[in-house]
Amino acid sequence: MNSDNEHVSEMAKTHPDAAQEQGRWQGAVTDWSADKQVFDMSWGKLMMWVFLLSDTFIFSIFLTGYMNARMSTTEPWPFASEVFALTIAGHHIPLILIAIMTFILITSSGTMAMAVTYAYRGNRKVAVYLMLATAVLGASFVGMQAFEWSKLIIEEGVRPWGNPFGAAQFGASFFMITGFHGLHVSAGVILLLVIAKRVHQGVYQKKGLQIVEITGLYWHFVDLVWVFIFAFFYLW
Amino acid sequence: MSQVLGQQHPISLYLKVWLLLFVLSSFSYMVDYFQLQGNLRWLLILLFMFIKAGLILVVFMHVAWERTALKLLLFVPPIAIVILIALMGVEANYVFLGRMMALFIP
Repeated sequence: MNSDNEHVSEMAKTHPDAAQEQGRWQGAVTDWSADKQVFDMSWGKLMMWVFLLSDTFIFSIFLTGYMNARMSTTEPWPFASEVFALTIAGHHIPLILIAIMTFILITSSGTMAMAVTYAYRGNRKVAVYLMLATAVLGASFVGMQAFEWSKLIIEEGVRPWGNPFGAAQFGASFFMITGFHGLHVSAGVILLLVIAKRVHQGVYQKKGLQIVEITGLYWHFVDLVWVFIFAFFYLW
Repeated sequence: MSQVLGQQHPISLYLKVWLLLFVLSSFSYMVDYFQLQGNLRWLLILLFMFIKAGLILVVFMHVAWERTALKLLLFVPPIAIVILIALMGVEANYVFLGRMMALFIP
């Protein structure tokens, strides 16, 4: 037992400031080759990062499939600017709903980032309120997406196998990519509500509030994916 | 362990990044609103996209303050995606040419 403790303290001595002393690459080599855990973080946080890496691959493959379909079709691609235009108070504004959705998601990322800071400062109350604000913004994003989908399906007649604007692959790409992203946002809203409830109940008093940062990683990732969807699907 | 205190950064930093993301998103939207076309359009879309993605990843997701071992975990595997995109681009051009030829040469 005693020797174990010595062993641990020996590791602690060689480890935390190693990066500053050795420079970043030498630090990475030390992390991988030393007789210790490679990643200097909790298991939960590391697994969230690994999950997000795998999710990166899923979304990349969707977007690559969309690129391939769009580049190889001989039909003209539907003009997204007009397909997603709305008439508000008599003004015809291109892509306006998507722009509002983008701003909402960015705002929710801001409130989430602040929730993480307040959680680490030990201010549970503010952290819970900020997480709830994030969830509300996320839910409104999903609501707007539902509106967008129903408008496209019911009024415009867009289907996965065809649409009145041009290349048939537009519908399949659109429903697949935005649908998968919308599912991620919905799951994120549920996750936020569950974690906010548990933080409020004081479930994490012993473990610490890193769970808020882990939840935040997932939420920011959903925002990150939207940045790419916005650029490649709606603006391109 | 650096994780005991966790990732604590001033709120003002988050507010600045938030504001910057708002401005950049407005710029992205303006590209479409004013219907810029051609290379300038692609260039601006990609530029704003990469700055926004970078800000979210580096500041909001705290990658800037993580150790190099994690950065390698995050940024080395996606090289495979870049290769996939390049290959699928070439393949799509080939299919497109085949379809165009099928239109003109029965």
